[in-house]
Amino acid sequence: MSLTTFLQQCLTGISLGGAYALIAIGYTMVYGILRLINFAHGDIFMMAGYFMIFAMASFPWFIALPIVLIVTTVLGVSIERVAYKPLRSAPRMSVMISAIGVSYLLQNLATYLFTALPMGYPEIPVLKKVYQLGGLSASFVTFLTPVLTIILVYLLMTLIQHTKMGMAMRAVSKDYETASLMGIDINRTISITFAIGSILAAVGSILYFTDRMTVFPFSGSLPGMKCFVAAVFGGIGSIPGAVVGGFLIGIGETALVAAGQSTFSDAFTFVILIVILLVRPTGIFGEKTTNKV
Amino acid sequence: MGPNRMINKEKRRNCICTLILIAAVLGICGFLEANKYSYSYAISIIERSMVYAVVAVSMNLVNGFTGLFSLGQAGFMALGAYVTAIFTIPVGQRPSVYYISGINPAIANVQLPIIVALILGGLVAAGVAALIGFPVLRLKSDYLAIATLGFAEIIRACIAAPQFDTITNGSYGLKSIPGFTNIFQPLALSVVCIGLMILLINSSYGRMFKAVREDEIAAEAMGINLFKTKELSFVISSFFAGISGGMLAMFMRSIDSKTFQVALTYDILLIVVIGGIGSVTGSVIGAFIVTAGRELLRFFDEPLMIGGVQVPLFRPGFRMVIFSILLMVVVLFYRKGLMGTNEFSWNGIFDFFKHPFKKKSKKMEGKA
Amino acid sequence: MKLKKILALGLAAAMTASLAACGGASSGGNTGSGASAGGDVIKIGVFEPTTGENGGGGFQEVLGIRYANETHKTVKIGDKEYTIELVEVDNKSDKTEAVNAANKLMGEKVSVVIGSYGSGVSIAAGQIFADAKVPAIGCSCTNPQVTQGNEYYFRTCFLDPFQGTVMANYAMQNGYKSAAILTQLGDDYSSGLGSYFKTAFTELGGTVVDEEQFQTNQTDFKAVLTNIKAANPDVIFAPSSITTAPLIIKQARELGITSLIAAGDTWENSTIIENAGSDAEGVVLSTFFDEAEPANAEAESFIKGFKDYLKANDQSDIIPAVSALGYDAYLAAYNAIEKAQSTDGEAIKEALKTVSFDGVTGAVSFNEEGDANKDMAFIKTIQDGAFKFLTTTTING
Repeated sequence: MSLTTFLQQCLTGISLGGAYALIAIGYTMVYGILRLINFAHGDIFMMAGYFMIFAMASFPWFIALPIVLIVTTVLGVSIERVAYKPLRSAPRMSVMISAIGVSYLLQNLATYLFTALPMGYPEIPVLKKVYQLGGLSASFVTFLTPVLTIILVYLLMTLIQHTKMGMAMRAVSKDYETASLMGIDINRTISITFAIGSILAAVGSILYFTDRMTVFPFSGSLPGMKCFVAAVFGGIGSIPGAVVGGFLIGIGETALVAAGQSTFSDAFTFVILIVILLVRPTGIFGEKTTNKV
Repeated sequence: MGPNRMINKEKRRNCICTLILIAAVLGICGFLEANKYSYSYAISIIERSMVYAVVAVSMNLVNGFTGLFSLGQAGFMALGAYVTAIFTIPVGQRPSVYYISGINPAIANVQLPIIVALILGGLVAAGVAALIGFPVLRLKSDYLAIATLGFAEIIRACIAAPQFDTITNGSYGLKSIPGFTNIFQPLALSVVCIGLMILLINSSYGRMFKAVREDEIAAEAMGINLFKTKELSFVISSFFAGISGGMLAMFMRSIDSKTFQVALTYDILLIVVIGGIGSVTGSVIGAFIVTAGRELLRFFDEPLMIGGVQVPLFRPGFRMVIFSILLMVVVLFYRKGLMGTNEFSWNGIFDFFKHPFKKKSKKMEGKA
Repeated sequence: MKLKKILALGLAAAMTASLAACGGASSGGNTGSGASAGGDVIKIGVFEPTTGENGGGGFQEVLGIRYANETHKTVKIGDKEYTIELVEVDNKSDKTEAVNAANKLMGEKVSVVIGSYGSGVSIAAGQIFADAKVPAIGCSCTNPQVTQGNEYYFRTCFLDPFQGTVMANYAMQNGYKSAAILTQLGDDYSSGLGSYFKTAFTELGGTVVDEEQFQTNQTDFKAVLTNIKAANPDVIFAPSSITTAPLIIKQARELGITSLIAAGDTWENSTIIENAGSDAEGVVLSTFFDEAEPANAEAESFIKGFKDYLKANDQSDIIPAVSALGYDAYLAAYNAIEKAQSTDGEAIKEALKTVSFDGVTGAVSFNEEGDANKDMAFIKTIQDGAFKFLTTTTING
C-alpha cells in the first residue's frame, strides 16, 4: 500500500469515525439516563437527512441548517414523550420493544413519504469544496468532521460538568427518585437529554450525508447499529468513551476494508462488541462514573 | 356433589369443543387441500402463518418465559434454513443451483430425508446457540439484545460471504428446495414443535424458566443454576427457530441471505408482542393475525377511488405505516397484547361470551 | 379489562375477516374464470415490485405493461372476443412476500403471468407458477437461474452472462485493459454479473486488478473506493441497484478517481442522473432498448404512443428500457394466447415456445430454455444529463 493510499484511508477512517462519534453520543446519553437503547436514534439521524433535503429546497443553507436542527430536536423530544414516557414504570423489555417499534415506524414512514428510491442530498458549497493534496483528494467536510466533533464534545462536556442543567442530568442518571426529591424536574431533564442527542444526530447527519450524498429510508439503520456498538465499546454512559469508540469503530472498519476484507467489515463491528462485552463489559471508560450522564 | 358435577360438565363440554376444533381444523385443511389450485393464496398464507407460529413460540420461550431479551431469531432461522436446504436439494439439480462456484465435494452427494434435514438444521442452530450462549447469556438484558442481534448479523454476513460460496452459494442463494407436498405437512410439523414446547413449559424446566424470569436472585436462592437454565432455554428456543427456518425454506423454496435480515426478527417480535409476551396460544394466534393481516391490508397500497375522487393517503407503503402504528398502539396501550400471559382455554372463551362487557355494564349501572 | 376484551374481540374479528377475505378473494377468482368461460375475460397476472428496493424499476415495468394493455385490449379466441384484464400484485422486492403474491395470482386463475423486475423474486415464484402450470414471461430478470430447469418461465430480455460479455467486449475494444469489480454482497444480480464480467474480461486478455464487495444498505464507499483508486484500473465495473449507484459514482469522483465507471441494465434510470448530477457524466452501461434507434415499425409507434402515456401519468418522457420490455412481454403473452386459441396455461406455454413477432426491443422468439433469442445489446453513456446511445454490440453464441 502506498503512502498516499494509506493517508487517504486514514482520512476516510477519521472522518467516518467523527460522524459515528456524534451519533454514539446520543445513544450513550439516553442510555445513561433512561437505561434504554434508543433503537430509533439511527432513524432520527436518517430523518434529519430528509429534513435537510426539504429545507434546502426552499431556503439557502444558512437558514436551512437551523431549521433542520430544530425540526430534528422536536422529532427526538416528541418520540420520547409519546413512546417512552408512558412506559417509564414498565418493564425494560416493553420500553425496548417500543423503541424498536418507533424505529420500524420511522423507516416505514420514510418509505411511504419519500419512496424507497434514494434522494440526492443537497450540496452546501462551502462544505463540498474538494481539496487536492498531492495524491490525496477530499472535500472540506472530510476535514471538518473530526474537528467539529471534538469542538462539540468539548462544549457538551462543559455543559455537563459546569452548568446547573448538566448537574441535573448527572443527578438523574445516578438516581431518579433522589434526584426528584432534590427538586429536579425529571421529565424536563430527560427531554433535554433527548434534545441534545437529536441535535448531535442532526449535526452528524449533515456531516455524514454531505460526504455521502444520498439518503434513503434505511440509511440510518446500519450506522445506527454501529454507533451503538461504539457507545458500548467506549463504556455506555460515558461521553468521551462514545467519542473514542466512534473513532475506533470508524477507523477499524476502514482499516479492515483497506486490508481487502470488505466482506466482513460489518461482522467486524459486532465481533468487537462481543469481545468487549466479554473482556470488559463496562467498556473502556465505563468505570469513570463521574462522567456519566 | 353440585360443584363437582359442574366441573365434570365443563370438562365434557371442553373436551367436545376441543374435538370439534380439531375436526374443524382438519376439515378446513382437507377442504383447502382438495381445492388446492383455487385456494392457493389462502393456503400459502396459512402455511406461512404456521411457520411463523413455530418461531414466535420459540421466541416467546426465551423472551416471555425466561425473560431474556434475545433478538437473534433471524440468525438461527438462517442456519436452520440453509442446513435444510443444502441437504434436501435433489442431487441432480445441484450443479444448476451452484452454477457459479460449484459445490463443495463433501456435500455434493449427500441428500437427506426432509425430516432428518429439518432436525439437523435445528441441531446446528442449537449447537451454535450453545456456543454463543456461553459469553452472551452472562450479559444484562439490553446488552443481550444487541449482542444477539449482532450475532444474527454475523451469521448472515458469513452466509453471504464469497469465501463460503461452495457451501452456501453466497450471494446467489439456494433454489430448487423441495416444498411442502400438502398443507398437512406444515400443520403436523408445527403442531409437534409447538406441542413439545408446551410440554417443556409445563414441566419442571418450564417452572425454572419462569422462576428466573420473575426474580433471578430468588431463583438462585432456591437452588436454580441461573446460567444453566438460561442456556437451556436459549438452546431449545434456537433449536425450534432452526426448524422453523427449515420450514420457511420449504415454504419459499428458494432462499438467500437477504431473507434473514433484522426485519425478520422484528416481524416475529411483532407477532409475540401482539399475541402477548408469555402466552403460547397468544403467539400462535398472533402469527395468524399478523400474516393474514399483512395480506388483508394490501388494499392500503392500492389507490382507492371513492365517488371518482382518489383518496390521497392510499399508495404503496401505506400498509406498512398502518402496521407499524398498530404495533406502537399495542405496545403503548395494550402492553399485555391479545392474551397477556394467559393461555387459551374453553372456560375463558365461554366466560368471555357469557359476559362480554361485564365491567362496562357495571360501570353504566353505577353511573345511572 | 374492558379495553382488553374489546381489543381481543376486534383482533379476533379481524382475523376471521382476513381469513374469510383470503378465501373470498380466491373464490372471487373462481367466479371470474367461470365468467371468462362464458365468453369475455382472460386474466394476465402482473407480478412486479412496486415497493421495496426495486419498487421504482418495477413500477416503470408496470407502466409498459399497462400501456400494452391499452393498445391491445382484446384478443380473439375462436369466434369470441376476450377482454384482457390485468391482475397486478406487488411482490415488494422480497422473496417471502413474492411467494404469497404469486399464490395470490394463482388463486385469481390468471392464464399467464408477466414479471418480474429483479431475478430473486422471479426465481422464488417460478416453482409456484410451474406447479400451477401457468406460464410466466419475465421482463428484465436477467439471471440465468430464472428460466433454467423451469419450462414454464420465459423472458424477453438478455441474460447476465451475455451482458457481462458485452461490457467486457466494450471495455477491451475501447482500450480499457484493467478493471476493478465492485459488487453487492448477498445480491445475486450484482455478484452474478460481476462474476460473468470477470470471466469474459480475463478471457479477452484484460486483467482484473481489484475485487471489492459492499453490504446491503451500505452508504459509505470511500474505503473500498480508495482501495480501487490504489489499484488504478482503467474501468470500474459496478453492477448494482439504483439505490447504490449514485453513491458509488459521486464518492468515486470526489476521491479523484477518473476511471471509466461501467454497469449493467439497472443503471438506466433517470434517478441516477438526478442524484449524481454532473458526476454521472461519462458512465457507461448496457441496456435493452434505445428510443433513438427504433428497431422496427412496432417500436416507432410504441415510442410515439408511450411518450404521451408517460406524460399522462406524470412521468418524465424518457422511455425506460424496462417499460419497453414490459410491453414486449405483454405482446408475447398476447401473441401466444392468440396462437394457442385457448385460455389454458398449458396451451399458452406450448404456443410461447413457437411464438415469433416484432417487439419494440427487436424480434422476439424464445429458445428451448425459454430465453429470448437476443444477440444485441445497446451501450449507452450519460452525457449532458441524459442517456445517450453509444453503440450496439452483438455477440455470436
